Amino acid sequence: MAMDLKEIEILIKEAIPGAIVEIQDLAGDGNHYSATVTSAEFSGKNKIEQHKMVYNSLKGKMGNELHALAIKTKE
Amino acid sequence: MDQPTKDLINNEITNNEVCLFMKGTPDAPQCGFSMTISNLLKILEVNFKGINVLESQSLREGIKEFSDWPTIPQVYIKGEFVGGCDIVKEMYENGELKKILEEKEIIHKKS
Repeated sequence: MAMDLKEIEILIKEAIPGAIVEIQDLAGDGNHYSATVTSAEFSGKNKIEQHKMVYNSLKGKMGNELHALAIKTKE
Repeated sequence: MDQPTKDLINNEITNNEVCLFMKGTPDAPQCGFSMTISNLLKILEVNFKGINVLESQSLREGIKEFSDWPTIPQVYIKGEFVGGCDIVKEMYENGELKKILEEKEIIHKKS
């Protein structure tokens, strides 16, 4: 099962309002993406908490429909 | 998660200073992300225990629940969850991983 790039972007933006989200389809297979998320909401949080915010925005799709999403977070 | 799985994870992270929950083994990783982290720890000459989650479905799902982290690999240092592939790779690149190893007094390559 694959997931659309736009769908990932929308989910992240819904959960982290105002975030700048850049998504790349790394392999062109709809299965391996990278996401760079920039948000002021990350301020004061450690990397684990920041990445969890992104994972949580995907509502359990990570590891299921979405096989691989490399995450980079920036404040 | 059942109690035996929880006990198994607790035992591993208590009895091994550095644990890598991974797909495959350090010598034969079954996934590129697991291989990346295994290789980084090898480069730093860290003595770590690789735990193959593919050997047990309950462990594979259990570790995600235990850490509240949806992906594998996962690194534990002295019982503390440090991160998954992206975070540990970033920490290796910016020197933070070495800092943690030093702080937690884990033997590794200094130079």
